Amino acid sequence: MSLLSVKNLVACLRNGANIVDDISFEIAAGETFALLGESGCGKSMTALSLMRLLPDGVVHAGGEARMDGARLFDLPEREMREVRGGKMAMIFQEPGLSLNPVMTVGGQIAEVLALHRGLREDAASERCIELLDQVGIPDASRRLDEYPFQLSGGMKQRVMIAMALAGKPKLLIADEPTTALDVTIQAQVLQLLRDTQSQTGMATLLITHDLGVVAENAHRVGVMYAGQIVEQASREQLFGKPLHPYTQKLFAALPSAERTGQALCAISGSVPPLGSITQGCRFAPRCDKAWALCHEQTPEWTVVAEGQGVRCHLYGRAEDRGLMTELPSPLASLPQAGEGNSVLNPQSSALLQVKDLQVHFPIRKGILKRVVGRVKAVDGISLAIAQGRTLALVGESGCGKTTLGKALLQLIVPTAGSVRFEGNELIATKAARASMQMVFQDPYASLNPKMRVAEILEEGMSALKIGDSSVSRQAHIDALLDKVGLARDSKWRYPHEFSGGQRQRIAIARALAVSPQLLICDEPTSALDVSVQAQILNLLKSLQQELGLSYLFITHNLAVVEYLAHEVCVMYLGRIVERGTTEEVVGTPKHPYTQALLSAVPRIDGMGREYIKLEGDMPSPVNPPQGCHFAPRCSHAMKICAVYPEARRCSKTHLVSCHLYPDT
Amino acid sequence: MSFMPVILWSDALVFLLIAVTGVAVWYVRRHEHLLLPWRRVTHNSLAMVSLLVLSLFLLVGLLDTLHFRSVLPQSNGGEKVYSPEVLSVFDKLVDPLRTHTEKTYSAPFALTLYARETRTDAQGNVLREFPRLQYGGAHLEDVSRRDADVVVRALIGAGLGLFVGLLSFYLTHRKLHCASGCDRAVSVVTMILTTLIGAIISLAAVYHVLGTDKVGQDVLYLSLKSIRTGLIIGTVTTLVTLPLALFLGVAAGYFRGWVDDAIQYIYTVLSSIPSVLLIAAAVLMMQVTIDTHPEWFATTASRADLRLVFLCLILGVTSWTGLCRLLRGETLKLREMEYIQAAQSFGVSGLRILTRHIMPNVMHIVLISLVMDFSALVLAEAVLSYVGVGVDPTMISFGTMINGARLEMGREPMVWWALASAFGFMLVLVLAANLFADAVRDAFDPRLNRTEVGV
Repeated sequence: MSLLSVKNLVACLRNGANIVDDISFEIAAGETFALLGESGCGKSMTALSLMRLLPDGVVHAGGEARMDGARLFDLPEREMREVRGGKMAMIFQEPGLSLNPVMTVGGQIAEVLALHRGLREDAASERCIELLDQVGIPDASRRLDEYPFQLSGGMKQRVMIAMALAGKPKLLIADEPTTALDVTIQAQVLQLLRDTQSQTGMATLLITHDLGVVAENAHRVGVMYAGQIVEQASREQLFGKPLHPYTQKLFAALPSAERTGQALCAISGSVPPLGSITQGCRFAPRCDKAWALCHEQTPEWTVVAEGQGVRCHLYGRAEDRGLMTELPSPLASLPQAGEGNSVLNPQSSALLQVKDLQVHFPIRKGILKRVVGRVKAVDGISLAIAQGRTLALVGESGCGKTTLGKALLQLIVPTAGSVRFEGNELIATKAARASMQMVFQDPYASLNPKMRVAEILEEGMSALKIGDSSVSRQAHIDALLDKVGLARDSKWRYPHEFSGGQRQRIAIARALAVSPQLLICDEPTSALDVSVQAQILNLLKSLQQELGLSYLFITHNLAVVEYLAHEVCVMYLGRIVERGTTEEVVGTPKHPYTQALLSAVPRIDGMGREYIKLEGDMPSPVNPPQGCHFAPRCSHAMKICAVYPEARRCSKTHLVSCHLYPDT
Repeated sequence: MSFMPVILWSDALVFLLIAVTGVAVWYVRRHEHLLLPWRRVTHNSLAMVSLLVLSLFLLVGLLDTLHFRSVLPQSNGGEKVYSPEVLSVFDKLVDPLRTHTEKTYSAPFALTLYARETRTDAQGNVLREFPRLQYGGAHLEDVSRRDADVVVRALIGAGLGLFVGLLSFYLTHRKLHCASGCDRAVSVVTMILTTLIGAIISLAAVYHVLGTDKVGQDVLYLSLKSIRTGLIIGTVTTLVTLPLALFLGVAAGYFRGWVDDAIQYIYTVLSSIPSVLLIAAAVLMMQVTIDTHPEWFATTASRADLRLVFLCLILGVTSWTGLCRLLRGETLKLREMEYIQAAQSFGVSGLRILTRHIMPNVMHIVLISLVMDFSALVLAEAVLSYVGVGVDPTMISFGTMINGARLEMGREPMVWWALASAFGFMLVLVLAANLFADAVRDAFDPRLNRTEVGV
């Protein structure tokens, strides 16, 4: 008996384009159903139409949803309010934005309790404390009177979950609940969701774009593409044998260590705009198995096995398939890049040498702006990058990795230390502007919306006086666009006409315009969808091979690190705690923090290592713990950890700052 | 030559403003992305209607800006002598309105004065009666036929106006083959306006349509003349505000540090001084200077004009702080954008980042707040002139009209028409400007546009 059953749900824009198109699924009590898909495929709209909270301009256009026998779309608004929060609760992506900043945590939970459970005063606050305890917030009775800004991101998401649980809902809708969180916090929240589910037996509709999260938490999965569910299966079936070409491609596009030598299998193009494809399969333009029928006829829902269905002509009835005669084995036909390992030989002299770099931000107070403290964002970092190599800088948000990148470029003036590029000191000079460039995280914020692509690309050249005439510059721009895989005529267009992936290509072309030797990539793929991420990673890799570029790759995504990097530095609270080659650090992590970080990453093969739970959050860099910064959260902490450990050598290239290993 | 062109200070500033607008239009027309929001404005019928009304006001104001002194019949030893009176092209066009002055108040469409006069008739009887006006309705022998005459003249004028409107509609539509909903609204409003103007022209030739004021001047004429003063206050002031607000605001936001501190202190101090006091002090000081140097001015008009320009200046100096604060905030947000950092990492100079990256991205705010400020400034002039620190008393403006009419509001029977017409004209002008500003803001709002693109 299913708790929620959705049949042929359709939601459309006022002009008739369907955002959610003919979606059907069922969720049983105690089950987690995951909706998986890239941005803009209609996952959130599905959830919002179930809650009947669709934004202006989007209307429910058909289909029905039954919950406990009640037809959700026929309920009057008064009764629907009872359902929201009472039977169905929702948590959102950005915990910082979904809590009211001027209400205490207790007040916000009590509001739900008063509405749905009729609890007031003491009874309510008692129940609040129980709920906060349940979601694992330490010292719950004190937290009750705190405001959201006093809590960290992970704590806020826990409060959101507590609020959702307050009405004792039968169904929890979690819309990307961990996307804004760090991996270690993500692991905590996912664990919490699993635990609450097993305790209360509620059903969960989990909306996510992350295959890893699906692998960890979901029982059944619906893969969405352009407003439709293209495949539905149990987790085991989906991860064992994905049927739809789109699902197969999604798996193939994931970067990982095994694929290091090869190009990733990227899906060409991007998700089609809503309503642009009315006939045929929506994935057909990007599908390499598409044939004439796919463009002409919309594929029907086909049940392939018990609990597994797919919307693809490949699995349709034989007489419908027309020209296609045999069912291709989906996984075997993935194109393999034959290149193999072709990493450039590391050169002995380092291109960039950083020594004891410090970036401290003074905290000023009072009328006279006296310095009362320092935020030690980067606290004595040394690293070296050789020509043609990739160094990955890994760490959670707030550990100072972006600040380090900007300090290297002299965008932020370092407090102390030295940065040498090809032996020349950079600090307090602008000598090497051309040889080092940066690719930023958000391709939507990194291009000036009022400038055309040609102007964007030309800016660096004119500022650094590269290329003497405008003709030679234009020729250079054409060459750059070819190199990053964009059409030449796109240089007269404005950034808003491009998709996220294309914008990131423009940003890369802009950095390359001044022929740098080192690119600092600050999370260049974290704002992109998986399939587009693969395109950009491939591009970066081929540029490295072609031009002999070095990369400083700043990221929190360990899968990308395994795929792209030669060496890894793990940062914690402004300092590097472990460094070494990728195989060493990812294969045999030594530092407890690295171990915890790696164990927190959800694995799609389901063979997650034993999860090492980290207590609490990262301390503030204003006031780092005495001695080893990680000691307060470390399960191996000893007395000696009160002294900051020197770096110890585990092998020729592998260094770790931890007392667990013998001093050399 | 029978006249000598005169360019007053405010005229020069208006011409400068027209030149700047011309350059801006030329620049926008060459850039598709700048043109796009304006296209959106043209699709909004309310915006186009208010633009039509605004452009009528602008036309009157511009005609009133072309000044000259006509030559006098007598000559000074072969040398031409020019009249000390500075007239404008507009004055010449509506000459009867300007010259047909009565003795004192008369109501709209009245045939007689508003006050009784003592008169001795042929028999030697002393009579107290309302004397007939010298010009208003002077062609009528029979007083009782006035209403019929008014209706007939109004109809004739309206008919002619409608004909002109239809003719222009026919001519323009043969060229532009478009018939959107917006077009229809604009055409209808054009017809209504031409009809109305036709009727008023036909009536104004023989009647005082809006009555006369204390010294017998036609109130319609005064109201039309006030338009130029209002427009100058509204637009020339922005010439002063804009560079101050734009450069200081953007510089404060971008450079931070002591530049930011200094600019913030300046505008915080400036905005804490009561602006009316500051304006009063400055205007009175200037008045003293003008009075002690009569040799500086060839005509009374140039004296009044200098005071107007100075008023614009002082209004500009006190009113740039709001926009400056707004731009500083926006720049603070923009400077953290990654494209600014990308430019910095190329070593692009600060000034270039300001002009190429930041200014184009705050232009929509500038545009919106300027159009919004315009209406506030027109109203500010009226208030200041009413208080007595506004324009020169000899200059015709909405403020002086209101100031002149305020005492008569208490009189019985009330003299209401001067105040009512100043009120009506100002309302239409400011309402049109506000509606247009609203439409412009909507067209430039990226949030609204995104839904439009999505649909």
